[in-house]
Amino acid sequence: MNEARRTGRSLPDLGTAAKGGGLLLVIVIAVLFPQVFTNPAVTNYGVLTLIFVTCATAWNIFSGNTGYISLGQAVFYGSGAYAMGIAARDWHIEGTAVFWLLPFSGAVGAVVAVPFGLIALRVRRHTFIVITIAVFFIFQLMAFNFWFTGGSSGLNSPFLSWPATTYNTPFYYIALGYVAGSVVIAWLVRRSRFGLQLRAIRDDEDRARGLGVKAMRVKLAAFAISGTITAMIGAVWFYYINQVEPQTGFDPLFDLTLVLMVFLGGFGSISGAVLGALIIEPLTLWLNTQPAFSGSVSEIMLGAIFLLVVLFMPRGIIPTGGEFITKLRMRGRPAVTITGPASSTPSAPPVSSGGAR
Amino acid sequence: MAREITEAIVDGILIGGVYALMAVGLTLIFGVLDIINIAQGVLVILGAYLSYSLFTKAHIDPFVGLLITVPAMFVIGVVIHWAFISRLRGTERTSMTLLVTYAVGLIIEGVLFKIYGANNVQINPRYVNSSVHILDFYVGWVYIWGFILALVLVAAVYVLLYRTRFGRSVRAVIQDETAARLVGINVNKVAALTFGIGVAVTAAGGEVFGLTNAFNANSGYDLISRLLSIIILGGMGSVGGALGASVFMLTLESVVTIWQPNWAVVVYYAALVIVLLYRPTGLFGRKAVRAQ
Amino acid sequence: MTALLRTEGIMKAYGGVQALNGAAIAVEEGTVAGLIGPNGSGKTTLFNVITGYERPDAGHVWFGNWQITGLAPDKVFAAGIGRTFQLTRIFPRLTVIENMLIAAQSKDRPKNLLAWPGRDAWTHHRRHAMDLLAFLGIERHADVLAGSLSYGQRKLLELAYVLVADPAVILLDEPAGGVNPTLINLIGDRIRQLNTDKGKTFLLVEHNMEFVMGLCSTITVLESGATVVSGPPDIVRTDKRVLDAYLGADLDEETAGNEEGR
Repeated sequence: MNEARRTGRSLPDLGTAAKGGGLLLVIVIAVLFPQVFTNPAVTNYGVLTLIFVTCATAWNIFSGNTGYISLGQAVFYGSGAYAMGIAARDWHIEGTAVFWLLPFSGAVGAVVAVPFGLIALRVRRHTFIVITIAVFFIFQLMAFNFWFTGGSSGLNSPFLSWPATTYNTPFYYIALGYVAGSVVIAWLVRRSRFGLQLRAIRDDEDRARGLGVKAMRVKLAAFAISGTITAMIGAVWFYYINQVEPQTGFDPLFDLTLVLMVFLGGFGSISGAVLGALIIEPLTLWLNTQPAFSGSVSEIMLGAIFLLVVLFMPRGIIPTGGEFITKLRMRGRPAVTITGPASSTPSAPPVSSGGAR
Repeated sequence: MAREITEAIVDGILIGGVYALMAVGLTLIFGVLDIINIAQGVLVILGAYLSYSLFTKAHIDPFVGLLITVPAMFVIGVVIHWAFISRLRGTERTSMTLLVTYAVGLIIEGVLFKIYGANNVQINPRYVNSSVHILDFYVGWVYIWGFILALVLVAAVYVLLYRTRFGRSVRAVIQDETAARLVGINVNKVAALTFGIGVAVTAAGGEVFGLTNAFNANSGYDLISRLLSIIILGGMGSVGGALGASVFMLTLESVVTIWQPNWAVVVYYAALVIVLLYRPTGLFGRKAVRAQ
Repeated sequence: MTALLRTEGIMKAYGGVQALNGAAIAVEEGTVAGLIGPNGSGKTTLFNVITGYERPDAGHVWFGNWQITGLAPDKVFAAGIGRTFQLTRIFPRLTVIENMLIAAQSKDRPKNLLAWPGRDAWTHHRRHAMDLLAFLGIERHADVLAGSLSYGQRKLLELAYVLVADPAVILLDEPAGGVNPTLINLIGDRIRQLNTDKGKTFLLVEHNMEFVMGLCSTITVLESGATVVSGPPDIVRTDKRVLDAYLGADLDEETAGNEEGR
């Protein structure tokens, strides 16, 4: 029975300490970033990157765990943005009080997720992807056509009278808070029974159902969590750039960029989503500022990067990197023989009652 | 009112035929290869631009130009498949093909933008505005030709699939890839060729689309989302379903436009969503045979 | 004594093929029963019908006094009937212990989904799971991804997690298929143990005659979707109809001819 105790991570303590230290370092850097780099152009990168880190993490909570690739997260993002804009306008909310609307946006996201999920999650995986695209277009069209969404000129956010030099900083910390929150939620989901059910669904949904997993409920819950977070950060984004239009709130490239980030970093892994966003978003932002790289070229680059990632690192950086490190560690050691049950002495005394109760 | 509705229905049917042309390639690729080719929209536009360039630079009539564009697109399709899609492996393969084709589509769109700029263009041979007077309506010649072309190509694809040896290989691959390999079918070749055919058909679709619509490099998004809705509605993999669904969707939109032009497109997608609530595999779809 | 698990008159057709044609089987409580028959005779289909993965076109399935025909797989499982699959269906990207926990969690009714599992419930499940893994000799692979196990180990894992939920009846689809003799012995041993010590009822589908004859007290033979004969191994082994079913009538005539010609 002692072997049973030896469950869990088999990393040597050094590795765990290194991981913990690395995490601490990242947190410190993240918190101090705007204090050190006070140039608004730089902190702007920070804010937008953190927004995308949140989105990628939220996307991963659903798609990474269930394997259902959603290309409709923009639905939540835009809905959250518009919800805040409409509420601020119609309820005459201004200044910092607007931030109190964030939970409202989140609620809108959750409310949208339910019918969206109920329809989209009943179908096969491929069809699911396409439904998310279809719903995305419906929402974009609604944004263009409904009377209360401001049509093609969109909505403007209430004026925020903060000085230009420090305007970005509070947004940065809010976004950072969301990053922290979503990462924690992602981690909790992963470790819980709920997360286990999600991943079982990813591997073999029918079998999971056969074992009593309530697939629809579980998927819908993950979908709603993902949607709520995305809607809230969409509202933050809206207030940050002060406006939303149908094609920016519901941007066709939004989801593909998210997917690219997550795949680059490692599909299904929390740190992978974060890493992917940390790489891609600043890169995209920077490319857009280079005159040589006008709009169309950034599209080409996005597509090209994606193809390269898919072809050469299909599992993403974190898993591939992890394997690489494992390989390095294993060099020079004899291959571990996985001892089959045949060699665990067939004549061993039968374990009484087999533990079945 | 009745006259307007009839006109709308006729328009819808004809335009539906054009869309069917574009959708058939997509559903074929999915049905046979389990590949969701998101780039199909952009490929249609590419076909349209090819026809456009041939027309404006070399003064080749668009329909005649098909003799060039169709083989050209076929080659492009085969290359795309060989270069990117055939290298995909693993359990999430179908989802991955969707993302890969999305990426390829982005690249093509970017390139088209660079070459042709952002302005809308349309292919305008002399006859594009002439119509024939049937009963009480004026029906554009182009639409009729397009519809006929659609029927011819769909029939051709059907014959190819069900009456030729190649088609048999293709259907064998759908059934069971391993078994097909075991009997000596070169699955990669069959896959690449089928993909090429699916893309070649889009050349024709693009040509007719270019004749009947103003377009630019961005038009692909709207197109692909409509096409996807069509093939899901019709059932992914069903060629007849694609035809039926195209006609249905476009007619519906055409009729709704009479009252509420802004909402017609929303109705279009809503129709898809409603159908899926009751029939998750689409109107004529295959049952979910493969394990998830 | 009415059988614990019983089917009568099951009909199931796929397209033009009549997979099950009145198949009937009765498994007494506390026995190890076998289901044999040539390829294509409908054994796995019958399993699928019993466990709810397929609906029969006609016929009934009884579990005790309870009719379970057409019940969904998770309800059948919850009722106390577990099964394994011919091509092992494990969750490849979960670890071995996680695979076990998925099967275990179905028995609870967690109040909240985000089940921050009360430590007790989780630890209890883990311990139970580890015990079962140890019983089948694969406990040292608890944290290994199930997808990297060898075929034999997977079969043991499948067996382990069918046992997690402590079902009354266990349906095994080719438990000895494709594994080495030592493993076959281990599996047979464990089945016998569970049957003797815990009174578990088993129904096996198998091609390995030695395995079946040595383990089962009752054997049912299916051919072309219908039951040919059912009884103890000695009877079944020498029944002419069984020989016919497996070897084909011609061969049998040849044998008969040879005998007579002697």
